[in-house]
Formats: sequence, C-alpha cells, structure tokens
Amino acid sequence: MKHTISVLVNNRPGVLARTAGLFSRRGFNIESLAVSATNDPDISRMTIVVDGQDQVLEQISKQLYKLMDVIKVLDHQDEPVVTRELALVKVRADANSRAEIMQTVSIFRANIVDISETTFTVEVTGGADKIDALIKLLSKHGIKEMMRTGRIVLSRGPRTA
Amino acid sequence: MQMTGAEALLEALRREGVEVIFGYPGGALLPVYDVLYDTKDIRHILMRHEQGAAHAADGYARASGKVGVCMATSGPGGTNLVTGIATAYMDSIPIVAITGQVPTFAVGKDAFQEADITGITMPITKHNYLITDANELPRIIKEAFHIARTGRPGPVLIDLPRDVQQETIEFKYPEKVRLRGYRPITTGHARMIERAAAMIDEAERPVIYGGGGVTASDAQAELVALAEKADIPVTMTLMGKGGFPDDHELSLGMPGMHGTAYANYALHEADLIIALGTRFDDRVTGKLDTFARRAKVIHVDVDPAEIGKNVKPALPIVGDVKQVVGELAKRVKENKHPEWRKRIEEWKSQYPLTWKGEGLKPQYVIQEIWRATEGRAVIVTEVGQNQMWAAQFYPCRETRQFLTSGGLGTMGYGFPAAIGAQVARPDRSVWDIAGDGSIQMNIQELASAVAAKLPVKIAILNNGYLGMVRQWQTLFFHDRISHTDIAEATPDFVKLAEAYGAVGIRVTEKSEVPAAIARAMEITDRPCMIDFHVARDENVMPMVPAGGTVDDMLVD
Repeated sequence: MKHTISVLVNNRPGVLARTAGLFSRRGFNIESLAVSATNDPDISRMTIVVDGQDQVLEQISKQLYKLMDVIKVLDHQDEPVVTRELALVKVRADANSRAEIMQTVSIFRANIVDISETTFTVEVTGGADKIDALIKLLSKHGIKEMMRTGRIVLSRGPRTA
Repeated sequence: MQMTGAEALLEALRREGVEVIFGYPGGALLPVYDVLYDTKDIRHILMRHEQGAAHAADGYARASGKVGVCMATSGPGGTNLVTGIATAYMDSIPIVAITGQVPTFAVGKDAFQEADITGITMPITKHNYLITDANELPRIIKEAFHIARTGRPGPVLIDLPRDVQQETIEFKYPEKVRLRGYRPITTGHARMIERAAAMIDEAERPVIYGGGGVTASDAQAELVALAEKADIPVTMTLMGKGGFPDDHELSLGMPGMHGTAYANYALHEADLIIALGTRFDDRVTGKLDTFARRAKVIHVDVDPAEIGKNVKPALPIVGDVKQVVGELAKRVKENKHPEWRKRIEEWKSQYPLTWKGEGLKPQYVIQEIWRATEGRAVIVTEVGQNQMWAAQFYPCRETRQFLTSGGLGTMGYGFPAAIGAQVARPDRSVWDIAGDGSIQMNIQELASAVAAKLPVKIAILNNGYLGMVRQWQTLFFHDRISHTDIAEATPDFVKLAEAYGAVGIRVTEKSEVPAAIARAMEITDRPCMIDFHVARDENVMPMVPAGGTVDDMLVD
C-alpha cells in the first residue's frame, strides 16, 4: 500500500543523504521524493511516497525520528490533502497532430511551454492519475522526452505540520 | 578566551569530564597532538592501530559508564576506526570518535589521506559532524557528548579539518544543548506501567528477559526488587549479563543460541515475557514465528523503533528501563509462583550447564579464572567459542563486569577493549578471554598495554581452530574443515608476549592451570598472556541452530 509522508528536517548539508540512506539500508522502497526549503529557512520539507504495510510505515517513521536532523514525520494516510505532481513532456507535433494535441492539453488545463517545428513541450500539474492520463493520450503522438517531479503534499485546511 | 580550534577541542573535552583519549596521531591531527604535548590533565593512551583505539574507547565506556573518546587522523586513520564504531553502534555504547580531516579547501579534491568519513560512518553512528568553522566547535562537542550518552546511547563522530584546528576563535562553552529533532522519552507512560503491573500480577508463568538496556540505565537494583517481589525468573542476554546477578536463585542465565536449556524452555513455556531494554535479536529468538508463542509480551525500551521491530508486544512502554522497572517494582503485588519455579528447577537439574570429559577443557579454564578472581574480575571477550564459554562459565554479579561485542560480533575486540576497561577500572583484575584466532586480530596492542603499564590478563583458549566456525562446519557442513584449522602457523604466544615486553605463560596440562592463573594475578605492571592449549574439538553446547526452535536444541 502506498503512503505519502511529509518529513520536516533541518535545512543542512547531508540531510538528504542521511534520509535516503536510511531508506535504502533498512530495505524501504522510495517511489518518489521531493525536497524543498520552506517558509522557515532553517527547515526543509520532504514529501516521500513509499510502498509498504502499516507496520513497515511505523518502522520507517520511528527510524526517521532517530535521525538528529528529522524534526517531524507525518503520514497523510487518513486525512484530506492537496497533492500535486508536475510533468514536462516533449511530444512530437507535426502539422497533422498539432490541433489535436492543443485540444487535449487544453482539456487537461495543461500548458504548452515550448514549441519547435517538430515538437511541443507540455507542462502539466495535478494528481498522479491526471498526469498518467495525459501522458497516455500524448504517447500516441510520440513522446521524445519527459520528466516528472515527485509528489508534493500539504494537509487541507488550517492544519500545519 | 581566545584559542585555536585544537585548543578549543581539548578545552571542550575537559568540560565534558574526559579523563583519557585513546588515539593515534597523523598528519591531519598535528595541531591537536601539538596541544596534547602540553596537556597534563587528560591522559592519552597511544594505541598501535586505530581499530584498537576505537575498541579501547568502547571498553572504557562499557566498564565505566562514561563516554569513551578515541582519536585518529584522516583517511586510513578514520577508516581503521570504522569496525570499532560499528561495534559500539550495534551495542549502543557511548563513544565520541574524533578524526582529523584534510584542510577544508582540499575536501572533495581526493587530497592525500582524504576519506569521506562522515559519509562512511553515517549508517554506524548515532550522529556525525564535519566541522567547517571553528566557531561551531564548542557547540558541536557539547552536542556530540549529549547525543552519545542520552536516550539510547551510541557513537558520535566528529571530523575536524586541519585548518579548522588552527583557526583562532573566542571560546565560549554552551551550557545547554538545543536540538530540535532530538527529545528522547525517558519516563514511561504511567497508565501503561499500571497496565503492565496488572499483567504481571495475573501471570502464572512470567519470565523477565533483560538486555543491554538494563546495563545502560544501571537498573540492577530495580530489576532485583521487581523479580524478588513478584517472584519472576530472569534471563539476561549476552549484552545484559551482570545486569541481574547470575548467582541469584531467580537467575536463568543466558537465553538463545548458546543460552541455557532452562532459559530457552522457560521462554518457550512462559505466559508473560517482560522484555527490558532488549531487541529480540535473532541469536535469542531463533525462528521468530515460534519464539515464545504462548506468551504475551511487555516490551520496555528507550528506543521506540525497537518496539514492534521484531516482535509485536501486547503492551509497549517507551522509557528508561531503570525508571520503568522502578515504578513496576512499586506497583506489582507480592507474589509466588511455586509451580512455575518447581518446573524451572526440574529443567535446571535435568539440563545443567556443564561439560563432559577430563583433560584441559576451555570451560575448566574459565571456571578456574572465576575461582581465582572470586567472580569479581572484569571479563572482556573476543568473539566465537571463547565468548560463549566465558558467558556460560563466568557468572557475574555486577553490571559492567562482562564486556563483549554482542551485536556486531567483532573478532579482535576483546584485547583493546580490555585495555580500555583496565584504564577505567585500575582497581579490578581485567581478563580478556580470547581464542587463538581472535587474539591475532589486534595482537599489536600488546605494545600499547606494555607502554601504559596495564596489567591486563589474556587467557588464550588455544585450540588451533577458528573454533566457532569449525563447530558449524562439523555440525552443519559434514565436518568439512574448510580454512579454519590454523594450528600449523599459530605463533609461539609465550615468545610473542616476551618480545613485546609482556609476560607469557604456557599451559598444556590441566594440573598447571591454577598456578598459572595465580602467577598472572601477581603481575601488576605489565600485561600477561597465558596460552592454554585446550582440547581441540570441544563444541559450545547447548546450541539452538540458526533459525531453529527449542525443539531443535542440541544439548551435547
């Protein structure tokens, strides 16, 4: 079962290595990982998607807390959250397919952010399902290159970590 | 006060109450060693290998309960510490390791004797630091000692570039530690403790299973009070040995692979296991699915991550063992379990811990050392058969009396750790129980012990084998003795000891044992090595094969 967890850590060199190293040496699988600074310059926030049973998640959380640089671990399992991913997709676009691609992109409320004689680069944000769906539709035109970020998450409502 | 980074390091160590550093100098530590040249109030013990320095700091920490300090230069100095740091990490021993590093401007350039020691030790330290600004040094030293000794103790490494040692700073030692991500829970939840007391009151066949946490939290008095009041038999793991007196009538000795048959039967038949500061290691549980399956488990540990890691307890209590057991001892009812006790006594008489045959047996040697030292020596072991026989045949009454590499199982640990222990306990006879394989892994430390005039005793149970591996080959690999017979090239240990300026004694007959031990006990100014030529093919028994159950236990 997939869990999305937020980890608040000290914004210091080496913290990403400590965290990622813990996952690999304890045999936990990271599906995706996103890190950034936060409104507090001393703190970074990681959103990590992991696959595992509840017991595994409990171990992950407890082991993370043993790192000196980990301040807080939140499992978003049972609460409403806003989750987003972003993808950039460079898709083959010739005279015949341009109109269809533009229509598809528009329906998905995605954007074309770069254009060349033979390609579009599409930017899409949203949940993983939405991005999967768009990629599936674009793939019939021929995807030349693509990159997805990891998932990022915040709790809905006034609650903060 | 203005001082250099190197001076600030020594001043900070002084403020932390450090009495001794086990170290080895090198290029990247020259500024620190220059300060040590004038330092009189902190003793420096020069080891002959950095691994020895780490083990000595560990042995000092285990014997004294204080934080041990070791020091090594950059590159190979640091990497040689690694086994010692990993040993301390697995057994939750508080040490602070200080390494020199190439100057900050050279870091990352593959400079001479550069190694990324913080990267290397990340998985085997509780925390580590690379100091890039000497102004941070006092705070970091303060934090390092705090982290090493609090919560679940463990090793902390500080990497100190050479230019940082030479920077001048205004020294101000912080009074408090502020660590946002570190707040160990030491007080057990009151309601959980109450529920645990009720479970103990109701149990018909309770067993206490205690580990290294009993030692770390110094909980022997509380544990004895609880066991006696509620009439609960106690089994202590290798790491917990001495945390409950081995000669107490409620003692079951050690559980697990080479534990007593009666400890294993008691755990198997128990209806309640009170696990204290222990982690259900595979060497104790064997096959997890069948381990103590009739029992409910109360698990007390200061590290929340240990609870539920291997065994899911009916009742978890996060807290310091001493505090929780102290509370439990107050709350439980006075109780008696005559039927349970009678059953255990039957097992004890049916399967006593003993050995067969005459001649110069390793078990006999350990028993004689016990007799000669009146059970009061600090016993340090290497790893293998020597370690298990020492655990079985040297009953301990005190905490911090039995020092051994339990988790990592590091051959070569014993002798340098015994040096550390002798520094910590000059009042006690310190014995390293060794094998002829293990002792050769850090034999160079004879020079350190001779130079420091430490009267450590080394009892080599010399059977010409890497004995424990030979035992497994005999039992599980059709007696195919693959690369474990080392008799042919075993050195003359007596000459070797003498070459270093230590005393060497050889014993080949059973009748010579008491006199040899007595002679070793009289030596007070240098190490003494006794080479006991013991029966070659002795096996450690009983034995629960790896991943097995009590039903698979071999008793002889």
